[in-house]
Amino acid sequence: MPVSLANSQVIYGALKACDVKIISALPETWLVHLIRMADEDPEATLVRVAKEEEAIGISAGAHLAGVNSALLMQNHGFLAAINPIVSLALLYKIPLLMLISYRGHMGERDPWQTQGGMVTEPLLRTLGIPVWHLSNPHDAQRRIKDAQTLAHASLSPVAVLLTRELMWEE
Amino acid sequence: MLRADALQAIYPEVKDRIVVTIMGAVAAELYTLGHRPNFFYLEHAMGLASSMGLGIALAMPRHKVVVIDGDGSLLMNLGTLSTMARYRPGNLVHIVFDNASLLSVGGFPTATATGTDLAGVARACAIPEVTEADTPERLKQAVAGALAGGTLTTIVSKVEAIGPKSFHMDLPLLENRFQFKRALEALR
Repeated sequence: MPVSLANSQVIYGALKACDVKIISALPETWLVHLIRMADEDPEATLVRVAKEEEAIGISAGAHLAGVNSALLMQNHGFLAAINPIVSLALLYKIPLLMLISYRGHMGERDPWQTQGGMVTEPLLRTLGIPVWHLSNPHDAQRRIKDAQTLAHASLSPVAVLLTRELMWEE
Repeated sequence: MLRADALQAIYPEVKDRIVVTIMGAVAAELYTLGHRPNFFYLEHAMGLASSMGLGIALAMPRHKVVVIDGDGSLLMNLGTLSTMARYRPGNLVHIVFDNASLLSVGGFPTATATGTDLAGVARACAIPEVTEADTPERLKQAVAGALAGGTLTTIVSKVEAIGPKSFHMDLPLLENRFQFKRALEALR
């Protein structure tokens, strides 16, 4: 499976540098290494959710309890979680660090991913959620840390889009 | 059983605990019994009170967390039972008031009115302790027992579909949010 292990390690290292203690995830191909790393990390709690909506609640609870969390989701998971992003995170001013695998965009071969890929960024912008694209592993540490910093300062969700260039080796 | 009576019975057990409730009647009734900074009322995002409670319970393992859920909300997020059961935090007590109705939005019947058994669903999801408590005394006992023990517990209580005259709470939701976060900080 040509999901980049090296770049997944860089991303996971960036999450560790952000002192992330709770990571929620729903498996998706590009996230396999990240989920495994979270599962094997004795300092972190991986919460495997049944649907991404739950992850918004879990992160909200973690934030109110004073613990840093991150969400690993595919962009269709982001789409599935839009109501709680609006009616919990945005309504209650809860910071979220969402790492979203950006399927269905340039280079996508799976037809079923493409519709979600085309609406992801327009929806993030409509919701007023700041977006970082992550394509270069050298940017990962800085951009993920800066995303978390902005999330906490603005008390808002932020999105880091994990692109094909970063996640997929071919 | 009236939910208001049930809440009154468990109020002494929960008043010093971290409590997350759903919106609507249960929030208004608990608020009326006496608001506490350690109470959070999730006024929207139906179904996610239990997910929030799970997040808090995992983040604060030394403190007990009480979620007060309802049938309509739980039916919107049934997957939460499987996720809670997977991590089974022993400091989480999940109370479900089942009035078989979406009371706050016109009283339309939920699927529990036509036979869905939420305690059965919780058991089938592998929640380690599932109790049914249909009188205020039994509920009080179940809540006290769950808080004293260290096992993730879901308690389902059938209640009548009767709510308060007013749902008004003199507590802006952001005030509740910041106050609650400060209360949790003080506990850490």
